[in-house]
Amino acid sequence: MTTLEPYAVYVHWPFCLSKCPYCDFNSHVRDSIDEDAFLQGYLSEIDHYAETHPDITISSIFFGGGTPSLMSPKTVAAIIERILGHWSAEGGKSEGDIEITLEANPTSVEAGRFAGFRAAGVNRLSLGVQSLVDADLKALGRQHSVAEAMEALRLARQTFPRYSFDLIYAREGQTLEAWRTELAQALELAGDHLALYQLTIEPGTKFQGLYNKGKLVLPEEGLAEDMFFLTREMTASAGLPAYEVSNHAKQENRSRHNMAYWLGRGYLGIGPGAHGRLKHADGTTTATNNWKKPEAWLRAVTANNNGRQEYQQLSAHESGVERLMMGLRISEGVAMSDLPKGVVDESAQKALCDEGFLKLDNGRLILRQKGQCLLDHILVTLLA
Amino acid sequence: MFKPDKIRNFSIIAHIDHGKSTLADRLIQTCGGLSEREMTEQVLDSMDIERERGITIKAQTVRLTYKANDGETYALNLMDTPGHVDFAYEVSRSLAACEGSLLIVDASQGVEAQTLANVYQALENDHEVISILNKIDLPAAEPERVRQQIEDVIGLDASNAIAVSAKTGEGITEVLEAIVTELPAPEGDPDAPLKALLVDSWYDPYLGVMILVRIKDGVLKKGMNIKMMAAGTEHLIERVGVFTPKADIIDELGPGEIGFITAAIKEVAQTHVGDTITTVKNPVTEALPGFNPSKSVVFCGLFPADTAEFETLRDSLNKLRLNDASFEFEPETSAALGFGFRCGFLGLLHLEIIQERLYREFGLDLITTSPSVVYRVNMNKGEVIELHNPADMPDVVQIASIEEPWIEATILVPDDYLGAILKLCEDKRGIQQQLTYAGSRAMLVYHLPLNEVVFDFYDRLKSISRGYASFDYNMHEYKEGDLVKMQILVNGEPIDALSMMVHRRVAEKRGRALCDRLKTLIPRQLFKIPIQAAIGGNIIARETISAMRKDVTAKCYGGDISRKRKLLEKQKKGKKRMRTFGKVAIPHDAFIAALKMSDD
Ligand SMILES: Nc1nc2c(ncn2[C@@H]2O[C@H](COP(=O)(O)OP(=O)(O)OP(=O)(O)O)[C@@H](O)[C@H]2O)c(=O)[nH]1
Ligand SMILES: C[S@@+](CC[C@H](N)C(=O)[O-])C[C@H]1O[C@@H](n2cnc3c(N)ncnc32)[C@H](O)[C@@H]1O
Ligand code: SF4
Ligand SMILES: [Mg+2]
Repeated sequence: MTTLEPYAVYVHWPFCLSKCPYCDFNSHVRDSIDEDAFLQGYLSEIDHYAETHPDITISSIFFGGGTPSLMSPKTVAAIIERILGHWSAEGGKSEGDIEITLEANPTSVEAGRFAGFRAAGVNRLSLGVQSLVDADLKALGRQHSVAEAMEALRLARQTFPRYSFDLIYAREGQTLEAWRTELAQALELAGDHLALYQLTIEPGTKFQGLYNKGKLVLPEEGLAEDMFFLTREMTASAGLPAYEVSNHAKQENRSRHNMAYWLGRGYLGIGPGAHGRLKHADGTTTATNNWKKPEAWLRAVTANNNGRQEYQQLSAHESGVERLMMGLRISEGVAMSDLPKGVVDESAQKALCDEGFLKLDNGRLILRQKGQCLLDHILVTLLA
Repeated sequence: MFKPDKIRNFSIIAHIDHGKSTLADRLIQTCGGLSEREMTEQVLDSMDIERERGITIKAQTVRLTYKANDGETYALNLMDTPGHVDFAYEVSRSLAACEGSLLIVDASQGVEAQTLANVYQALENDHEVISILNKIDLPAAEPERVRQQIEDVIGLDASNAIAVSAKTGEGITEVLEAIVTELPAPEGDPDAPLKALLVDSWYDPYLGVMILVRIKDGVLKKGMNIKMMAAGTEHLIERVGVFTPKADIIDELGPGEIGFITAAIKEVAQTHVGDTITTVKNPVTEALPGFNPSKSVVFCGLFPADTAEFETLRDSLNKLRLNDASFEFEPETSAALGFGFRCGFLGLLHLEIIQERLYREFGLDLITTSPSVVYRVNMNKGEVIELHNPADMPDVVQIASIEEPWIEATILVPDDYLGAILKLCEDKRGIQQQLTYAGSRAMLVYHLPLNEVVFDFYDRLKSISRGYASFDYNMHEYKEGDLVKMQILVNGEPIDALSMMVHRRVAEKRGRALCDRLKTLIPRQLFKIPIQAAIGGNIIARETISAMRKDVTAKCYGGDISRKRKLLEKQKKGKKRMRTFGKVAIPHDAFIAALKMSDD
């Protein structure tokens, strides 16, 4: 196989100390975890891709979860070492130039652990702060306090060259003013990157049950829209402009890893429930996804050297749809030349442009301000 | 062949859900028609739709063989009939084929509107009637009270009424004995020329067109050349049989017997229910009286949700008609919906059932337009137009007057709900004819415009009375009314599928209700959408669907974009199944849902 593009590597750690009521990620709570067995699983899966994809280069590594900060630094180190042992950095860069992010929860962070992750090669930390209001952290079912989040942020700043943190807003009972205050505070604390997500009711979560019964009420749509644009304004004037629906940073500080998803690049999915996109020389793509249950994945990877549940060739049309829906999330949009014919309904595109939701700029289709918080609806209309 | 004195023919009649089909089960079981293994609940309700809804749509005939206490073996021909008013036509045909009826009354509910309607029909057919008090196993059953009610309300002697439980089987032998001892045997001369009534016909995928017959005189055998007197056609009989309830082939059918024949007939449409069958060689001269044809009372347009499926719809309607001759259809075109069919039905339940069968059996998704009755439009020039479709309404300046059909409705309702039901009837422009009491129940007779009834009368009657009121009706007369055509405009575009004829007095109220309903049925879009009801150029009601303000996924995590893509593809599919009017997409189930609303 010829080298086409650099790959991103996603490593999923599926365990958490407790399950947050809004979360539908692949996260599980276990009394005890045989970390060594899982490490062997990760290493086999990495080796497997080294065999099938020996010639690729690597742009980024991302430890996501779950709560990967619960992994021991030793495990993280072994995984990074194995990945760097097989593949070299993209574009002839040095290993140190590969972006290696780890997601961390502010719960019981010790300086020693952070130092351990740093020593293992992690150069970017993404911290799940979620809120800067104690009562709201509680309402979100989080195990940490604002003070603990501040301490974790202080440590992150000290330990890692780059860090980002996540907030969830448009929470129950939150006013526009309250969010303005909280966001201003967040901008004070921010490093080079911020992820600001509006609370979403996900299927199968505890919040969904409450929401359906009317026991959890979200800000009404108009307020949610106002919050969205307030966020854009404030982050832009603080020098962290939105470059994606919920992500904010200057051009050079974007999450290189997440950009791979938004740009439709290839990525390897390692670990339980991880997804991958394998690019082939003929321009086609295979979608992979691993067994979600940690034990099921471990059994599969022990037996087959990979934990895949599905390995599915995407049609050119399907790839195009993914390209479009991910591309429109970022500020530079998507190049029409990257989309196969028949993905976009041309008359719908024209109408959406005429009505001011989209624009075509140098062959790139880009959301205009008016369309930015209506993307899902626009996609349904735009798709042929 | 059984001798007439060893034959009993009877229909099982009752109000809906009083237990006709369940009683039939017990009778079949007791007479050994089916083994334990073959027995299911309401075994005669064989269509999927009947089984799911728990109602009988199509009458069914079964021959039971019963050894009575007198030591003789009898052939008991049972006809299970539907209880719902839309299928009253099925009941009337069954009654014409029998000498007696089992009148079932649910002992926990008592006499209901269709109990009355059906028993009066049975009496008109000179039937001997055996009253049966069913469901006595229920704690709420009051057989003695209901026995009295049968005497008071219907005027039947109920001293011999049999108390049974069709569920547990209690009292079933008494029923069988009563059938033998109390119902008259049929009469007929085996040596006379053949004279048989064509009771029903339908299409069977294995046996082709099947004809249910009741022999009056003579004998019917395989190989005979028969003549259908009204149709004027001749056929060679291929098979003769009876249902036990399985189709069993036998040699011949004699006077008083009920069974089926097949005769290489291609289409059900070639047979006329109510026709008289005789032989080519030795025909009778005088035909049986036959039946009045069934008449469609509700019309609506059926359009394929996917315009490419027009031909499939045509084929499917043709196939369904093989089994159900009581609905009619003809091609229709609509500015907004394209090609479809204008269809006539016996009532709203019938409409719903045909629509559901088209979906289930043929995979067709349909858009159903506003149901309409048949109006008579008297033109200034003296011409009279039968209007089945509001879209065809002529220019008002050319119209002298419009007449609409009225029905005579009988409603039985417990005292407690009488006030509310009276109000409902008044709201629906009803004119009271009669109000009498039978114990704690009131019996109301009203004249009502049919167009108010097809709308949502039945649903509201049920909900106002918590299911305790029952209702039956007959067509009554055509009467002039102040009727107007109301149009619905979505984003300024008239939607012809939603236009309807209404009485001027209720137009505004209905227009408002419809706009309000559409507001919840049409998904929001990127712009705001006005919804208006109008008569001519006059807007009489308006609502606005506000524009969507926020709809974006906050997070696509960990590269799991397949899930999002699949969701998007599904939404797109859903959207493609909507019809676009100007810039607005309307889901096709919104059409029927919009019309199923209440006025308040
Ligand atoms: N408890 C009890 N339930 C009964 C009895 N007979 C019938 N049922 C129930 O009453 C319901 C209606 O019974 P069916 O036999 O379908 O009534 P039907 O008169 O044939 O109804 P339609 O054909 O729709 O008019 C079913 O749920 C039966 O199980 C009985 O004797 N006792
Ligand atoms: C994998 S999750 C969390 C990583 C880490 N376990 C944590 O909770 O801090 C990544 C981020 O998604 C966001 N998130 C999770 N569920 C969400 C929801 N239902 N609505 C909005 N954002 C959500 C949170 O901000 C979270 O930090
Ligand atoms: S939000 Fe984070 S910590 Fe909470 S359950 Fe999900 S992955 Fe675990
Ligand atoms: Mg029945």
